Amino acid sequence: MARKGGSALRRARAWLPGLLLVTPSIIAIGVFVYGMLGWNFSLAMTDKHDEVSEGNFVGLQNFVDIWDEPRWHLSVNHAILFTVVFVLGALVLGWFLAFLMEKGIRGEGTFRAIYLFPMAISFVATGIVWRWLMNSGQDERAVGLNRLFDVVGLPQWAWFRDQDWGMAAMAIPAVWQMSGYVMALFLAGFRGIPEELREAARVDGCTEWGVYRHVVLPLLRPVTLSALIILGHISLKTFDLVMAVSGKQIITDVPAVFMWVAVFDFHDPAKGATIASYIVLSVAVFVIPYLIWSVRKERRS
Amino acid sequence: MRRRWLAGITMAAVLGLAACGGGGGPAAPTGQASGTGGGAKQQVEVFSWWTGPGEADGLKAMKEIFEKQNPNLTFFDAAVAGGSGDKAKALLQSKLQADTPPDTFQGHAGAELLGYIKAGDLEDLTFLYDELKLKDAFPAQLVEQISYQGKIYSVPVNIHRSNILWFNPSVLKEAGVAAAPKTIEEFIAALEKVKAKGKIPLSIGSEWTVTHLMESVLLGSLGTDAYNALFKPGADWGSADVTKALNDFAKIMSYAGDPQDDWQPAAAQVAEGQAAFNIMGDWAYGYFHNPPEGGLGKQSKTDFDWAPSPGTEGTYMWLSDSFTLPKGAKNRDGAVAWLKVAASKEGQDAFNPKKGSIPARKDADAALYTDYLGDALKDWSSNKLAGSVQHGVAVSQPWLASINESVGLFIGTKDVAALQKGLVDAAAANAQ
Amino acid sequence: MLIAFAVVFLIPVYVLLVTSFKPLTEANPSQAWNLPQVWTLEAWRVAWEKLAPGIWNSVLLAVPGSLLSCVLGSMNGYVLSKWRFPGADVLFTLFLFGMFIPYQGVMIPLVQLMVNIGMYGDISGLVLAHVVYGIPICTLIFRNYYVTIPDELIEASRVDGAGMLRTYWSVVLPVSGPAFAVVIIWQFTSLWNDFLFAVFLTGPQSWPTTVMLNNIAGAQATPYSQQMAAALLASIPTMLIYLVLGRFFMRGLMAGALKG
Repeated sequence: MARKGGSALRRARAWLPGLLLVTPSIIAIGVFVYGMLGWNFSLAMTDKHDEVSEGNFVGLQNFVDIWDEPRWHLSVNHAILFTVVFVLGALVLGWFLAFLMEKGIRGEGTFRAIYLFPMAISFVATGIVWRWLMNSGQDERAVGLNRLFDVVGLPQWAWFRDQDWGMAAMAIPAVWQMSGYVMALFLAGFRGIPEELREAARVDGCTEWGVYRHVVLPLLRPVTLSALIILGHISLKTFDLVMAVSGKQIITDVPAVFMWVAVFDFHDPAKGATIASYIVLSVAVFVIPYLIWSVRKERRS
Repeated sequence: MRRRWLAGITMAAVLGLAACGGGGGPAAPTGQASGTGGGAKQQVEVFSWWTGPGEADGLKAMKEIFEKQNPNLTFFDAAVAGGSGDKAKALLQSKLQADTPPDTFQGHAGAELLGYIKAGDLEDLTFLYDELKLKDAFPAQLVEQISYQGKIYSVPVNIHRSNILWFNPSVLKEAGVAAAPKTIEEFIAALEKVKAKGKIPLSIGSEWTVTHLMESVLLGSLGTDAYNALFKPGADWGSADVTKALNDFAKIMSYAGDPQDDWQPAAAQVAEGQAAFNIMGDWAYGYFHNPPEGGLGKQSKTDFDWAPSPGTEGTYMWLSDSFTLPKGAKNRDGAVAWLKVAASKEGQDAFNPKKGSIPARKDADAALYTDYLGDALKDWSSNKLAGSVQHGVAVSQPWLASINESVGLFIGTKDVAALQKGLVDAAAANAQ
Repeated sequence: MLIAFAVVFLIPVYVLLVTSFKPLTEANPSQAWNLPQVWTLEAWRVAWEKLAPGIWNSVLLAVPGSLLSCVLGSMNGYVLSKWRFPGADVLFTLFLFGMFIPYQGVMIPLVQLMVNIGMYGDISGLVLAHVVYGIPICTLIFRNYYVTIPDELIEASRVDGAGMLRTYWSVVLPVSGPAFAVVIIWQFTSLWNDFLFAVFLTGPQSWPTTVMLNNIAGAQATPYSQQMAAALLASIPTMLIYLVLGRFFMRGLMAGALKG
């Protein structure tokens, strides 16, 4: 049997078991991810604006209509601000911490544990602490961080209740939670760079900083990119954090929260699905190129 | 060695899978008495959002009565916390849509239940009202305000009042305010006096507390009949009277302090003498007054005092927690038994003193309700009634969501015209 | 410098800790910085009482869940990196996209689906949901890790006549420790801390710790000290996992388990 079949069959015999092994996952992902996404998109294209109506196909009407809502603009702007502050903050802080620890210091394990620790606590509880810390009271009524800043002499502000920059404050707990993880990634990246390379650069007469710029940073690019993707998608989906710290208030509204409100308060399935679709699309816009690029890059190497 | 360890892990995982597949038993829907073996007690799954101090105790007190009266039933507590029932409501909705309802669930009496009623999720309880003569036990206006097309779908177990002005007597005295303001104009004048003294004139919490404030201002500015008319078909939210009321509201909001995280820290500012006024429902009383294991342990009439919110004297802006009978409840008889306890004098008198509310029934044991609750009981039997917006009486859930959105945007923009337009649109889109 | 950052990082933890030892009267934001005037373990006692019923459920959820995720992720990663079939890259990309689904958006159909397949309301359905939604990230971690295993090793095993599973068992699995550590840490944390799936997909009998934690807050009053004590209690298992597997975690990351 093996001898007679053409080479195609032989090749098929080589990969078929692999395919079989992955099949359960394919089915599960097919149903739970793509089935749900399909359901979501098809719902978003109907006029099912309450639970009882049938819902007729209306094409992309909902996707257009939502831009007439002031709240939608607000929540999109909030999400952008939050994403910028959170992603940059966690990246820079994580990188900086890794940079400080890279040379190997005493008690590294302890520091690592401290920085990674926030990942381990659920926001159901830390949300309250952050709400206390970011209390908007100032001067004689200052509590939380403002009290601390008052004592140290730093400027106080309303944190996440600030009309314009509140979402930047909302990103602080997120940075707190994720920068330890980014640090671990970068630390692994640093350690993965062979010492010989650095040595060689030094021999070529580079300063320490030069070594850093020309050898280390370029090699960290892939780490940076994957950290960027991880942070970015967390950011666009952020929901637990906002709900735990501030709840469903307009002042900290983001699309993920707006979607929750649309589904469970407005009882408007189509609108909720529309917002969910936008979230998926926004993630897709910067994730898909990355995925394609990374798969291609592997093929080349 | 390491390899063996990993093999062990993999094995354990496979076994674990087997264990949750087999050991967990068939995925019996919760709240079911699994196994109808001889003399097995039947469970009644009661869904609520009462998990905190006071409310959970009240629920327990009702549970005890229920199990005493129904020896063959056990009460199964399926409470999920969530500020004003947010998470609970979301969960409930998914359960109802999946046709796996609890045997009975808590919901605010009034228009909040409209969505469930229209979706055909709830049974009409008129039969129970007739059997227990509840239409005589509850005030006529209450029965009228919770009826939908002549039918009633829930049993109110308690009454809270939303239009209460809490104030700090010493702060008022210091500011030269003689007594609690009786009208909106007096209120604004008093706020101005307090501001001049450097205290917070009016403390405020998160977004929903602003809507809560707005409903009291609307009632005080428009008067009871005009306020109630806002929720009838064809109501005009664009009228000059509403514009005036909203301008009053904006003016009052301009005296508000820094928004606190929720109603509690905002109320505490009054009790601790940092702020003069706070408008909040009467659940604040328990928070002010209860001993330090669940309250601030303050002295009523000296540390804090209360009055109907400005312009609303003689009107009881009410809200009520009630229980329902979902269609397709697994244990319908058990649920009906629970509703009977919730409707009874005994059940309501067991629940309410712990919860810090008054019974919906007119025949409550007055001795159990003292201090603020004594006042409330008196007013409840004599006042006109108006339904709360924020707490589910006057408007359906989508309508409330629209109102909250408009208020939320107003907090940012301070734009009264946009607020009124938002309210007009909300009313047009959600006419009941 | 590092110490300064560590202090900043520990600020919220400090608030959590001191508040958890306070009586309810002192547990409020205006006294967040103060040490308790009266030290009491009351909050911890109550927190334990309230969480205890959920802890076993959480264990039943997180342990099988993260192990299953490991098994699936490891197999998928192995096949997609070393035993490829036509279209493997496209499939991998499709898998990865599953990471980015906003879960709140699929809650209602998910409940519906679970009811239809008869897995609604107990732990097994919740495990299933988490394992399925964990496939993308776990596959990614294992695949990127296995890519670093030299192909020659696999080839050598093939030449010896070993099949796909034999090769996996004798060559790949023995060196997978670090990747397992990364996946276990990641999945255990997300399973243990998840609230949304838990509250929607399980019933009161099988609620895990997070739902109990959430239930400490009431509709009208939140006993903060109890909630914070409970939060600390609830995070102990995840902390232990971090401490026990921390070294492997770093090694797994270094081996490229999560690089682009």
